[in-house]
Amino acid sequence: MEPLILFTNKGLYCSAGNFYIDPWKPVANAVITHAHSDHAKPGHEKYLCHRFTKPLLQARLGPNYYQSVEWNETVFINGVKISLHPAGHIIGSSQIRLEYNDEVWVVSGDYKTADDGLSTAFEPVRCHVFITESTFGLPIYKWQPQEEIYNNVRKWILENKQQNKTSVLIAYSLGKAQRLLKALEPLNETVYLHGAIWNMHQAVLSAGFTLPAVERITPETGKEKWKGAIVIAPPGADGSPWMKRFDPCETGVCSGWMQVRGNARRRNTDAGFALSDHADWEGLLTAVKATGALKVFVTHGFQSAFSRYLNETGIESAEVKTEYGNDEEEPPGLAPEQSEQIKEEHGL
Amino acid sequence: MINEPIPKSELPATGGGFLSFATLVNVLASATKTNEKLDALTHYFSYAEDHDKVWVIALFSGRRPKRIVSSSLLSLWCCGLANLPLWLYEESYHTVGDLAETIALLLPEKNEQAIQPQSLSYFLEQFVQLEKAADETKKSFITHCWMQMNRDERFVFNKLLTGGFRIGVSQKMMVNALAKTVKANPSVIAHRISGKWDPSTTAFEELLNEHASAADASKPYPFYLAYALDEEPASLGDTKDWQAEWKWDGIRGQIIKRNNELFVWSRGEELITEKFPEYFPLKELLPDGIVIDGEILAYRHTAAAANGFHGAVLPFAILQTRIGRKNISRKQLSGAPVAFFAYDLIEYNYEDQRKRPLSERRLLLEDIVAVVNNAGLQLSPVISFNNWNELKSLRETSRALNAEGVMLKRKASAYQVGRKVGDWWKWKIDPLTIDAVMVYAQKGHGRRSNLYTDYTFAVKDDDKLVTFTKAYSGLTDKEFAQVDAFVKRNSIEKFGPVRTVKPELVFEIAFEGIAASNRHKSGVALRFPRILRWRHDKKADEINTLSDLKKLLEVYGK
Repeated sequence: MEPLILFTNKGLYCSAGNFYIDPWKPVANAVITHAHSDHAKPGHEKYLCHRFTKPLLQARLGPNYYQSVEWNETVFINGVKISLHPAGHIIGSSQIRLEYNDEVWVVSGDYKTADDGLSTAFEPVRCHVFITESTFGLPIYKWQPQEEIYNNVRKWILENKQQNKTSVLIAYSLGKAQRLLKALEPLNETVYLHGAIWNMHQAVLSAGFTLPAVERITPETGKEKWKGAIVIAPPGADGSPWMKRFDPCETGVCSGWMQVRGNARRRNTDAGFALSDHADWEGLLTAVKATGALKVFVTHGFQSAFSRYLNETGIESAEVKTEYGNDEEEPPGLAPEQSEQIKEEHGL
Repeated sequence: MINEPIPKSELPATGGGFLSFATLVNVLASATKTNEKLDALTHYFSYAEDHDKVWVIALFSGRRPKRIVSSSLLSLWCCGLANLPLWLYEESYHTVGDLAETIALLLPEKNEQAIQPQSLSYFLEQFVQLEKAADETKKSFITHCWMQMNRDERFVFNKLLTGGFRIGVSQKMMVNALAKTVKANPSVIAHRISGKWDPSTTAFEELLNEHASAADASKPYPFYLAYALDEEPASLGDTKDWQAEWKWDGIRGQIIKRNNELFVWSRGEELITEKFPEYFPLKELLPDGIVIDGEILAYRHTAAAANGFHGAVLPFAILQTRIGRKNISRKQLSGAPVAFFAYDLIEYNYEDQRKRPLSERRLLLEDIVAVVNNAGLQLSPVISFNNWNELKSLRETSRALNAEGVMLKRKASAYQVGRKVGDWWKWKIDPLTIDAVMVYAQKGHGRRSNLYTDYTFAVKDDDKLVTFTKAYSGLTDKEFAQVDAFVKRNSIEKFGPVRTVKPELVFEIAFEGIAASNRHKSGVALRFPRILRWRHDKKADEINTLSDLKKLLEVYGK
């Protein structure tokens, strides 16, 4: 019998249902886990996604045929039973559960096991076969509790403010930026947003979320405002001439990659906060075990190491090459321009 | 979290102990500006306990305790505590690119309460005491320490254990910070902390006390270093103001004779007297109270005079056979004879000569070398020239003499401390180059962590590719990123951390010298290989051949 999901050069393909999950080439029917650009590509005829994801896709991909569902709502495509379950990665991010002929497969998309209060907490789903990401699939990635990281970010901002310096937080525009806004709420300060982050902010508001008040940075924004202020900018802005207006400033990169000193040094950032929207090593292991899956396919990240480890601990596993992430094992920061956006979404 | 900044307000006001040293190291490692580092060090020196300060001076001036445990044992103990298979540890190590950090990240949370906060000197002196202990004893000490520490402390502790302490703090920076704290001239401080002293038994006051330090007869002076001359020498003005010498490719050193004892120092501040029996006669022949700056070179003495001296300077590769050996055999002595090529006179009659102009120091030096009249001490000859163009063409002959180019020193110059712009310049010849294709790649270390930046290159030999060198530097961050992306898309096989890569990217490799080697498949070994540029314009079949390389060996490898 043919497996429920095939790994094709267009993406993960369910032949029984004749649809793809997060395909990277244009197809007729696409089920989308979340709105980051390496998972949600333009050019498909039909998109199926979670209700929160829809406005984000509209903002990024423009008008298309979008069908949205609630979590745990059942849809059938050509007899294959489909439902979406929270993945905890960003707003609307979902795992995709497929059921056909009494067999259950789950595609994780990107996920994190800690509840960030915005993305809806990760829900373990029992299945026979689990397809998991492995962005941070090495035991060196062990996150601190997020409250501790938030505390450190806030302390850093106050320290900069004392010296009349602007705090520029570098964070990906969809996901990390909104998470940071929530973390900065206790400071009761206006947070200034780069245009790209402002756009995503509007899309998130239109999905029905409430976020703290912010101000958009425009060429007209007065210079006097930056003294000791808080700014959130996307990775692409880091080191660009756009940053000059904030001098004197300190930059703080918020990314799981900051766990390793060398990455922070390469970014030449003043501070690195290992705040990630992906599961750490323990998170991945916990998630895999909670599915009860007999077979686990490992995609983008440290797939060979994670898959080997699973095999050695008695869980049958294989690695799968996809076009998610940029490429295996690549941290952001030194990206060739063309894949900059994808890169940002993966690490940051 | 390792990279998080430590607010300055949280630095303790006094005392400190190990935690405040760990804090210092973290500030130093994450600081992006030199001034921030200097401030952090100055601040540390202003409040740390004296004995810890002595150890910090020792650490940042290359006086670490001997390494007491191998990397593989540390890795094993870490795997045991973290319950990880060794291969996963290795994957992690190749991604992090730093042993101390890998272990700090992998160990489980601390589960033991330290009885009392320890000092930096406590740990370092424990290392000294454990040097000859059994592995089990070392293991017990180290694993207990680990389980009482947080991640930052473990990182620093592991750095102390493994010796490598490259966090962008030079000895010069440490000296400047110390000078600022004790309100003294940096060159005075540099001199006082040079020489032979044991941090375990030296008090801070004693170390910085003028009389006490003067008592150490072996103490060398800080070297005066030249900057590279990037412009045409005509920019230096009148040729009459300048003395030209060959830029020799050996080991810079100082020969000292005081209290009728002879000391030979390398620029790395290592006392290497015993390694060079050729210098032993100088103990009798040199006047007492003298310090000579010069170059340790492989050199064969002959009767005939040429190029201003008798004999010939041999390639660095020959000298290399003498480095790192404690006991020198008769065969090595005759196969790789060594001499000291004198550049400058720093101390004479127990008097510091550094403020006198070079022209005067040189005259005195010439007299001394002539009187000594021993093959072990040669005068680095002055190159006579009438105009800059003449010197330029003489410089082109450097390689034939096994020199790297020409040194230009202002005749009126004092002997300064460290690298200073203005009076001394090195004017090197262009390197040798060869076009090669990248065939293997491996992830780098430090700021190149988790990025393929260490490459192996090959030349053509008919339809085969033959590897001949590795090179780690010479590309910009952006180029490294592009090559990294290429490696990930075009790797053929994985052997541990090494990936074989589709032979497609062509680079021009530059190097300073070439020697025959039977340890390398290609039969050659290069000196200072690095990437000169990425040849986007060349295809893999347009690279140089093994016979091109062999030709270079014939011309320059003798």
